[in-house]
Amino acid sequence: MTIRFLLNGEPQAVEATPTTTLLDWLREHVRLTGTKEGCNEGDCGACTVMVTDPDGSARSLNACILFLPQLHGRAVRTVEGIAAPDGTLHPVQQAMVDHHGSQCGFCTPGFIAAMATAHLNGATDHADQIAGNLCRCTGYAPILRAAEAAAGAPVPAHMRMDAEILAAIGSEIASEERDDAGSPATPTSADELAEWYTANPDATLIAGATDVGLWVTKQLRDLKSVAFLNQCGDLRGIVADSETIRIGAMTNMEEVRAFFADRHPGFAEMLRRYGSVQVRNAATIGGNIANGSPIGDSPPALIALGATLHLRKGTTRRNVPLENFFLDYGKQDRAPGEFVEAVSLPVQPDTLRVYKLSKRFDQDISAVCGAFNLTISDGVVQSARIAFGGMAGVPKRASTVEAALIGQPLSEASARAALPAFGDDFTPMSDMRASAAYRLETARNMLLRYAAEVSGAKANVLEVRP
Amino acid sequence: MSVHKPLPHDAARLHVTGQARYVDDIPTPPDCLHLAFGLSKIAKGRIEAMDLEACRSADGVVAVIAGADLSQIPDCSPSNHDEPLLSDGSVHYAGQPLFIIAATSHLAARRAAARARIEIREEQPILTLDDALAAESRFEDGPRIYTKGDVEKALAGAAHLIEGKIDVGGQEHFYLEGQAALALPQEGGDMVVQSSSQHPTEIQHKVADALGVPMHAVRVEVRRMGGGFGGKESQGNHLAIACAVMAARTGKPCKMRYDRDDDFVVTGKRHDCRIEYRAGFDAEGRILGVDFTQLVRCGWAMDLSLPVADRAMLHADNAYLLPAARITSHRLKTNTQSATAYRGFGGPQGMVGIERVMDHAAHVMGMDPLELRRLNYYREAPAAEGGPSGGSFSGKMKGSPLETADLAGRGSVRVSGGSGGAKRFGGAHSPVPGGEAANTTPYGMEVEDFILREMTEHLSTSCGFENRKQAVEKWNSENAVLKRGIALTPVKFGISFTLTHLNQAGALVHVYQDGSIHMNHGGTEMGQGLFQKVAQVAADRFGVDVGHVKITATDTGKVPNTSATAASSGTDLNGMAVKAACDTIRDRIAEVVARDLQAEPEQVVFVDGEVRAGSAAMPFKEAVTKAYMARVSLSATGFYSTPKIEWDRIAGKGRPFFYFAYGAACSEVVIDTLTGENRILRTDILHDAGASLNPALDIGQIEGGFVQGAGWLTMEELVWDDKGVLRTHAPSTYKIPAASDTPAVFNVALYDGANREDTIYRSKAVGEPPFMLGISVFSALGHACAAAGPNFPDLQAPATPEAVLAAVGRARG
Repeated sequence: MTIRFLLNGEPQAVEATPTTTLLDWLREHVRLTGTKEGCNEGDCGACTVMVTDPDGSARSLNACILFLPQLHGRAVRTVEGIAAPDGTLHPVQQAMVDHHGSQCGFCTPGFIAAMATAHLNGATDHADQIAGNLCRCTGYAPILRAAEAAAGAPVPAHMRMDAEILAAIGSEIASEERDDAGSPATPTSADELAEWYTANPDATLIAGATDVGLWVTKQLRDLKSVAFLNQCGDLRGIVADSETIRIGAMTNMEEVRAFFADRHPGFAEMLRRYGSVQVRNAATIGGNIANGSPIGDSPPALIALGATLHLRKGTTRRNVPLENFFLDYGKQDRAPGEFVEAVSLPVQPDTLRVYKLSKRFDQDISAVCGAFNLTISDGVVQSARIAFGGMAGVPKRASTVEAALIGQPLSEASARAALPAFGDDFTPMSDMRASAAYRLETARNMLLRYAAEVSGAKANVLEVRP
Repeated sequence: MSVHKPLPHDAARLHVTGQARYVDDIPTPPDCLHLAFGLSKIAKGRIEAMDLEACRSADGVVAVIAGADLSQIPDCSPSNHDEPLLSDGSVHYAGQPLFIIAATSHLAARRAAARARIEIREEQPILTLDDALAAESRFEDGPRIYTKGDVEKALAGAAHLIEGKIDVGGQEHFYLEGQAALALPQEGGDMVVQSSSQHPTEIQHKVADALGVPMHAVRVEVRRMGGGFGGKESQGNHLAIACAVMAARTGKPCKMRYDRDDDFVVTGKRHDCRIEYRAGFDAEGRILGVDFTQLVRCGWAMDLSLPVADRAMLHADNAYLLPAARITSHRLKTNTQSATAYRGFGGPQGMVGIERVMDHAAHVMGMDPLELRRLNYYREAPAAEGGPSGGSFSGKMKGSPLETADLAGRGSVRVSGGSGGAKRFGGAHSPVPGGEAANTTPYGMEVEDFILREMTEHLSTSCGFENRKQAVEKWNSENAVLKRGIALTPVKFGISFTLTHLNQAGALVHVYQDGSIHMNHGGTEMGQGLFQKVAQVAADRFGVDVGHVKITATDTGKVPNTSATAASSGTDLNGMAVKAACDTIRDRIAEVVARDLQAEPEQVVFVDGEVRAGSAAMPFKEAVTKAYMARVSLSATGFYSTPKIEWDRIAGKGRPFFYFAYGAACSEVVIDTLTGENRILRTDILHDAGASLNPALDIGQIEGGFVQGAGWLTMEELVWDDKGVLRTHAPSTYKIPAASDTPAVFNVALYDGANREDTIYRSKAVGEPPFMLGISVFSALGHACAAAGPNFPDLQAPATPEAVLAAVGRARG
């Protein structure tokens, strides 16, 4: 296929192996070496670029795990395109110079791309906007000062150019000569995907590529047959009525986070920490569920919220409770050619609390992630849905713990009485993130924290101010 | 004056626009080959079979080399000639390079390397400190021991005797730019190498050795690194040598950069260690003596481990006057990555030991830890200038003869076997006349410049220490789950390479006819702002704006025989060398123009873009033109060697350091006693950069060093499995601090004082010392853990949430 997109305002038509990353293409093919490779797995942000969608929305993404076909019909802006055409520095660039925000300078282009995108979008939660950009020299203090200093400056006109060009000639850019014969498939609807995937059940589906990207960059796998889902517009978006919230599989995690910020703030806060802005902008809820990771963070919360997974193969659809989808480590209840179309959950009052435990607060994989959704009336636990990640080969409900709590008043005493039940529900393992004993102890302690918080005690270090 | 000004980093504009070039950004000729190593997955064993056919037939592969394909396997070691570029058949750690692929792209080389079929007969690896001690697997013939006074007698007479041990984890450098090198073959077998290295001369020397050519046939250039932190002092050797060897064989340019995962598993890290201690205090809290045993895990090859371990011993006192001390250091050899230089170079590990002793003793004695610290500080310096005195050590050098091979490497002193350090000395420390214990370190150096008493007073007042400590205690009495802690800890860090001959530097300065200045020196730029600071020196010498000074890449063809840019010494050494070169040219110009200005040459001054004498003046450019027309050389070299230092590392006696740099930090933290999660709430720092050459850049080093040090002692955890495979091998599994980990309130101030020693504009080195300010966070975490129960929490490092929770458990008992 020919991949068409804008690069720093200039139309590109690229023929390339579908799993060529944007980063390799920028550095090796067009020799734009400002964008750096720091880790090649989406964890350091040195390769951050700004990508504008046809609807005009701009977001930062990691170029190292972004495949060229994902850019079709979009606009890319790299660090080389952030100063004005006449060379005038962008306000975030000038502020980084003025506040001594660069030392070795290697991470700086990624910071500039992330900060300029945040600046365009008016985002002022600076520490969170750059949580996905690692700097080893400065300790971040001058970078945060620079972001703050630049926040009030007007957005330079050229930063809106990508959206303007896409609005004017976007359909032209997105047009392509479809090559139906081979890989990659680029379906533009769920129906097309369903048909193609039934015929190619061994193919790899690529949604946000935050996981599959590493199969290519780290495991050096040859992906023979792939389908890029980014053009399946009908798989993206959240629809809610008075009873149900339905989230399309291609909805990215930042969209999920924003949606739940008011409805279930605990879920949204966990998603803020689960991945950087760049990762949340790419990763999809469908991918986070379908890859079946035992430490994927959204499943425990969704299970606690009583989510249902909507699977589709061809024209056949079926629904399964999310906790039943995860069969065993690396094994899900998904037939060949079947894909996740959506996940839905009932509208409910917010009683959810999610505790994510990791060595680093932001963008770190959980050692343990616990989600508690208890309804309490008349001082007694009426129902309980408690689920954990990191405690078994799959995201798993704490059924015995739930049973021990139901019918009891929620107090420190009843929570303590339920602690032995954790040993029945879970036999965690030791790895580089935590020991088995620590996992079990902290899973138990999360129930104590829940009880403490319900009683009004302070139990979250993030809420303590100097 | 261009010095003492907070000017931005010279490359700041290039950084923010993406124009700053790193090795992998340099345009390469179209026939450039890209290299990748094939690595051992096994920690110890013998290669039984190596089938590389599938590699050779892979797409894009041009050449494949294993150790057997080389008549002599080049050595990569900076010290002991014990690091073959490729395995000679024996395997010493999981991550050791076994073969090299050269291919038409980086990705093709990596993909080909993954296709090798290698059979290794596994042997039982030595992985832990205990494994190594049991097997007597060590470098040097036995432990090094430094002593002062009679420790056993001191401990026997102590009112309080405390004993304990602390494990201190290692640290991955995580320079954002991974290791990289590019070799460009030249006519006649010469080689030009672009390297991301803190030590171009070492690269030149090792590449010349590998190619069997004199050093003059190899030129190494380093414009900048994307971070170094010690990790590019010796660890770039392998890539540069591999590129040069492959370039020589194929006649094509060769480039190599490690994928981040390879960088983690191939290269060395900070030494992890265990420090065992016994310390005695009198009833008032004065320390009487301390006995440290430092067990240092060095990995499979010597690299720089001996001087690293030495420096850990040299910082076992930190800021405290120890009347009696014994420091025993075991340098243990294990089948893991060869641990290497990392910011502080062992100093941080040594310092953690004595700070732990202070916290432990304060807990046992029920004293305020800060009060205990201040009670035991060295005495404040007398104002007078003076050399080493006190007669408490014999300053004769009696170190081993230097090997000729690796003079420029910090690991280069090889100890001849047979004479244990303890046998060579051990005489009682002689007190100065007058009864009061001499103000000397355990290695016999008089502390002449101590300023921490004043600095501590200033910082504890400015950060409101006493009130906040009470607020912390109140909080802890009212909150069951979340506990706060606060600590103020000092840093005293010795400045100079402990290998004395490395304390030298050269510079080359040209002034062109138009008055523009070309500046070159032996130091390398890794982000620390060295080039900018030294350019400010050059501009000041000529009295011109810093924009007149062109900063140029470090180049072994311009300034030879350089030392690594390390030991915080870059500005001290290269600033002085550049000053000397500038002054030579300046004197020549003054000689020429003095007559025009109707003055003596010594009356001529260079200021504000002019050359002046009295009321007469001419523009600098005009003076330069006059000098040129008078056929006077406008190019000069400069040279500097640090005065006053002499050191016997075997005896552990002498003056290894020109001076000390000081700092103090107060950190407040909160922990969750249910999970061990923790946050830094506030940090206040007062740091001594002497008369700072550039306060903005120095504050940048302090902020960044503190956060890196705090990361080392908190979230940064290296985990090897029981087969010796590093399980934390990428930023997905190894977590350095992110933006939200910087303290929410973060106040950094420079101590206002000039260096009493005659350094460049009386400034002080600032690269490493602030790293150890991060110890304040660790100490504060221990304080918070102690609030959970009556016992000493004995927090271990790094203080991950898991380690904090374990300490809370111990506190509760």
